[in-house]
Amino acid sequence: MLRSLLGKPQAKPFIFGLCTLPFFYLLWGASNDALGANPAEYLIRATGDWTLRFLCITLAVTPLRVVGAIPELLRLRRMLGLFVYFYVVIHLLCYNWLDMGFEWSDIAVDIAKRPFILVGFTAFVLLTPLAATSFNRAIRWLGGKRWQLLHRAVYGVAVLAILHFYWMRAGKSNFAEVMVYGAILAALLLWRVWNKRFARH
Amino acid sequence: MQRDQFSIGNTSGFIHPVSSDITPQAVYLQRRDVLKRIATGVAGTSLATWASREALAEPKKLSPLPGQVSKVSGASTMDKLTTFKDASTYNNYYEFGTEKSYPALQAESLVTKPWSVAIEGLVKKPGRIDLEDMMKFSAMEERIYRLRCVEGWSMVIPWVGYSLSEIIKRAEPLGNAKYVEFTTLADPKTMPGVRSSVLDWPYVEGLRMDEAMHPLTLMAFGMYGEVLPNQNGAPLRLVVPWKYGFKSAKSIVKIRFLEKEPVNSWGRSAPQEYGFYSNVNPLVDHPRWSQATERRIGEDGLLTKKRKTLMFNGYEAQVASMYAGMDLKKFY
Repeated sequence: MLRSLLGKPQAKPFIFGLCTLPFFYLLWGASNDALGANPAEYLIRATGDWTLRFLCITLAVTPLRVVGAIPELLRLRRMLGLFVYFYVVIHLLCYNWLDMGFEWSDIAVDIAKRPFILVGFTAFVLLTPLAATSFNRAIRWLGGKRWQLLHRAVYGVAVLAILHFYWMRAGKSNFAEVMVYGAILAALLLWRVWNKRFARH
Repeated sequence: MQRDQFSIGNTSGFIHPVSSDITPQAVYLQRRDVLKRIATGVAGTSLATWASREALAEPKKLSPLPGQVSKVSGASTMDKLTTFKDASTYNNYYEFGTEKSYPALQAESLVTKPWSVAIEGLVKKPGRIDLEDMMKFSAMEERIYRLRCVEGWSMVIPWVGYSLSEIIKRAEPLGNAKYVEFTTLADPKTMPGVRSSVLDWPYVEGLRMDEAMHPLTLMAFGMYGEVLPNQNGAPLRLVVPWKYGFKSAKSIVKIRFLEKEPVNSWGRSAPQEYGFYSNVNPLVDHPRWSQATERRIGEDGLLTKKRKTLMFNGYEAQVASMYAGMDLKKFY
């Protein structure tokens, strides 16, 4: 049932539309003053949340595909991965603009002084070549093996993202959300280790 | 629209000292006109300040608590007031959840009547004081203070209360009472956050004796001309405007006088981040962010730049002398 739905040509644009909903909600909320008393903080946090969520969704594609035997999921993976990049760019834009007013010297100082910003920025820097080489021409240019190796960097991004989130929350002893995302990402990464060792080829 | 609390005899135990403080219902129905007239002092100057809050938000179901203009230096900032809506829906009150929106949603369960405050420790007159009696210790004043949260946002709130020193004087602290400790209610039955271990409960804060006796240190019983909403620390809370907001303990049940510096809850939770003094200081970074700027809640639009944080939150003239010669980087 799911496989036949995912196989339809309309599936991809439909899911594309779903992925843009958080963005349009935030845009609407910002324009209508519906994001609470501190909209700037809400936007920075919400865009960070969605980056993390799409990271989890993207990393869930392969396990779901293998375990559920749903090869149709594979053609969604690139699109979902690019949405991770989309939301991280918006997250960075919100921080640079709303928090720092595009003061580049202040931003540079922040990155150097605040470990959680440094870690987050590093994750963004790691994600950029992944986004840049997501297109067919790049895959052909790199060659399959090298492309696969490069894109393993997403595991490092996952670790950095959780560290970024954890460090941001560090002094507030409010770690429930961090733990949930951490557990999900740990499971998704550990599945790959398990799959490599024990799955039959 | 019914406004019961303005009828004589239905004011939740508060007795209006001046009959002109009570607005007749028919008059109140023409809100805009009435507000203009009240604001010009026609119905009694004590209502003038309340009128400004009403103009900024919708009516609430809270009893009025007017306050007279204060003579304390620094008591009334000219900064634009934060709206009542923002001040009452964006709160850090972990006893009711860790999200800013949770206290407004969950604090209904807080029981503020009956309420009493225990006075303990190095004093000549320890005991327990009922809230109603404590509210009569001194005339209620309106104090318009800036409140700066350690997280980097700030508000301007018209509190109603009187200087904490009025309570301290009556307790008659002994010579060796060097510090004052405040304890917040921690009732797991009515406060869902207390059932979690995000902090060690009850919430405890403290001040040095000179800080506690300072005229600016406020025991607040109301805000915006009404009694405190639960989520803002009803029925009474501390407001120490030159320190980060977490020092201003809410829903106080105990005031204890000590010889040694108490350990405050956030200092216990993350000592490298939160100190005992926690004076607002743009020159002393928080370990995870700079404290040089802050976001004033409600200030113009989303794209408004953050504003510069002022030394001692702008109360330098009134409080700096207490810290003369003190290394504020060491005693953060």
